[in-house]
Amino acid sequence: MQDRIALMRDDPAVELSVDGNAIAGLLMSVFGREVTAMEEQCAHCRTVSVVGTLRVYMRGPGVVVRCPACAEVVLRVVETPSGRRFDASGATHLVAGR
Amino acid sequence: MTNAIDWQLATVTAVRDETPTVRTFTLGLPGWDGHRAGQHLDLRLTAEDGYSVERSYSIASEPERSGEVDITVERIPGGEVSAFLHEVVVPGDRLELRGPIGGYFVWEAALGGPLLLVAGGSGVVPLMAMARHRARSSAASLATAANGAAGTPARLLLSSRGPEEIIYRAELDTLASAGDGFAVVHTLTRQQPPGWTGYARRIDEAMLADVLEPLGASVRAYACGPTALVETVANGLVRLGLPPDRIRTERFGPTGT
Repeated sequence: MQDRIALMRDDPAVELSVDGNAIAGLLMSVFGREVTAMEEQCAHCRTVSVVGTLRVYMRGPGVVVRCPACAEVVLRVVETPSGRRFDASGATHLVAGR
Repeated sequence: MTNAIDWQLATVTAVRDETPTVRTFTLGLPGWDGHRAGQHLDLRLTAEDGYSVERSYSIASEPERSGEVDITVERIPGGEVSAFLHEVVVPGDRLELRGPIGGYFVWEAALGGPLLLVAGGSGVVPLMAMARHRARSSAASLATAANGAAGTPARLLLSSRGPEEIIYRAELDTLASAGDGFAVVHTLTRQQPPGWTGYARRIDEAMLADVLEPLGASVRAYACGPTALVETVANGLVRLGLPPDRIRTERFGPTGT
């Protein structure tokens, strides 16, 4: 995993990333409430992160959200002709709090 | 009453220049439920043919102001929304927006401090909402406290390219001279006025250590700006001993986009 973190730190694409804060509005339209202060667990490395700290790449045709610890994909959001497709297969769960 | 998820119409009530490329828009929002310092709003522009584009802008005003919010927008070369705001929008125009948005990059006076704010360029905008909120709550506590206790100790480190590009310069000077525990440290990375004795380089770990020193290691830190700058700040503060969960960041991508 350390290699992967080093890889991500050295990757010039990291400069293109923004934080989970940037998709707070998008996530609110998916979940119906604010979720960036909640915690999620990465399905790849099991690191628990606040959604607002996830690494977001939104310059492509969809939005790709990566784990800040292992750089694996946690969430994907794509607009398709049949609707918004939300893929959360890279996260084990989200803690909704109270 | 309006919902943060629903789009609503705001009326532009004032426009003012902050720097040659940065402008503040006051948006009248009668149904605004209030926000927390650090939150943003999403703005949506829709063309007659249905093409629409959304952008997020940090709220610059303090939550104590009601019925309106300020957003401060840097004009980005080739930027669809920022160019429209700068070139077309005048008071009286209506804009579609939703918010307030975000629950992570926020500071409330009740959270306490000391507070370390670090910004690059227009990254100062959400931190200004925090500084204004801090000043208002410090004034309120001064009015009620007989012992004259000062506000939350806070320092803002702001990196700008040159003196003309310092956003909120006059107001920051005013806040820093209030004597209630707020200090501003500037670094000017490209152009310095004659006789400049302040920092004249990009933010680095040594600079962070200097600015942090009077506040101690128990600070809450908020960093906002271009991704590379925020990386430097977050990694630097961790090396200086701050727990990562006391550092909140808002990265807005590469410089100038």
